[in-house]
Amino acid sequence: MPQSSEYTRRIAGLCLLAGKIMIENGAETYRVEDTMTRIARAYGLPRSHSFVTPTGIIFTIEGAEGEGADSFTSLSRITNRATDLQKVMEVNAISRRIGAGELSADGAYRLLKETESGGKGYPARLKTAAAAVASGCFLIMFGGSWNDFVPAMAAGGAGYLALICASGRIAIKLFAEFVASFAVGLLACLFVLAGWGRELDSIVIGSVMPLVPGVLITNAVRDLMAGHFVSGLSKGAEALLTAFAIGAGIAIVLALRGGVAL
Amino acid sequence: MTAFVQLLTSFVASAAFGLLFNVPRRHLAPAGAAGMIGWMIYYGLQQADANPVLATWLASLAVSLASQWFARRLKAPITVYNVSGIVPLVPGGVAYAAMRNVVQNHYDLAVQLAFQAFTLSGAIAFGLVLSEVIHLSFRKIKA
Repeated sequence: MPQSSEYTRRIAGLCLLAGKIMIENGAETYRVEDTMTRIARAYGLPRSHSFVTPTGIIFTIEGAEGEGADSFTSLSRITNRATDLQKVMEVNAISRRIGAGELSADGAYRLLKETESGGKGYPARLKTAAAAVASGCFLIMFGGSWNDFVPAMAAGGAGYLALICASGRIAIKLFAEFVASFAVGLLACLFVLAGWGRELDSIVIGSVMPLVPGVLITNAVRDLMAGHFVSGLSKGAEALLTAFAIGAGIAIVLALRGGVAL
Repeated sequence: MTAFVQLLTSFVASAAFGLLFNVPRRHLAPAGAAGMIGWMIYYGLQQADANPVLATWLASLAVSLASQWFARRLKAPITVYNVSGIVPLVPGGVAYAAMRNVVQNHYDLAVQLAFQAFTLSGAIAFGLVLSEVIHLSFRKIKA
């Protein structure tokens, strides 16, 4: 296979696109680097190096002549991060097919583009319902009473809906989370004041759970373990900040309640 | 009866959490099962008056081991299963109590509770680490 520098450049673009989709949707750093290297190797370019952080990817690929003669480096900036494990799985599957030699470079690029622009997964309505159900279940798991089941569902669902609406309008993710947890706290307080809910504490704890940054926590630990300290520490910091944002939203409601009702 | 309710709610909660992260439908039930296994261990140890840090650690280990099994079986990234299983173990209640004491100016209690939440998070992380170590050493033995 003739490996012109044009070819190297194309493969680098392909690897970078795959890596970008994975990072943007919540994959671990190790998986992203592994996938990019595998794709490059499958297309006959065994020497590649990557540096992956949550905010950007640097990828270098050496051509067939080696020794930096026709190496190609490119950078991809990551600005939006969300959690969409379906997309991570799709890229994973595409990379497996590339590894098995089933896909041409053009075909793979087309598939990756489709994945990137693909749908947002489950509709917002279903997600809100799932958040509501999860809140109710968490309430029971944490020792709440069935009397508070429906209020917890309402507060948790509304909080998640607030998160969806707020993250569409507010550029700063932390503030959207703050707004969502404030909504949870406020609703829970109102439910208790209206006599519909009984224990404020249990309702708040259950309903705030859908906002917990689960993917960040587990990925931070796994990245640190794999020696990806830059990614691990920044993911840990993001998880910690998210926890603070959630806590601040609840704390303000509690402080307000202390000033008004107690 | 209570134990059964706990099993059911932990399964549903973990699967619903997977849905929030766009886990494909086919993988929701395994994600729920991973969460249920973890919660079963946590709840059982809690009933036996075990140290909460120990309970969290073993539960997180169980979630990760179950997730690894599912990941190998169903050829999917492990994140799909362990994330939703870990979430119930996150010390939300303790963190909330700490926050509440801060608001009420009981800083001494708040610091104690915050440290407890920190320790529990450490236990979760250590469970994840240990499962990885077990997984890697098994792979070496097989190879």
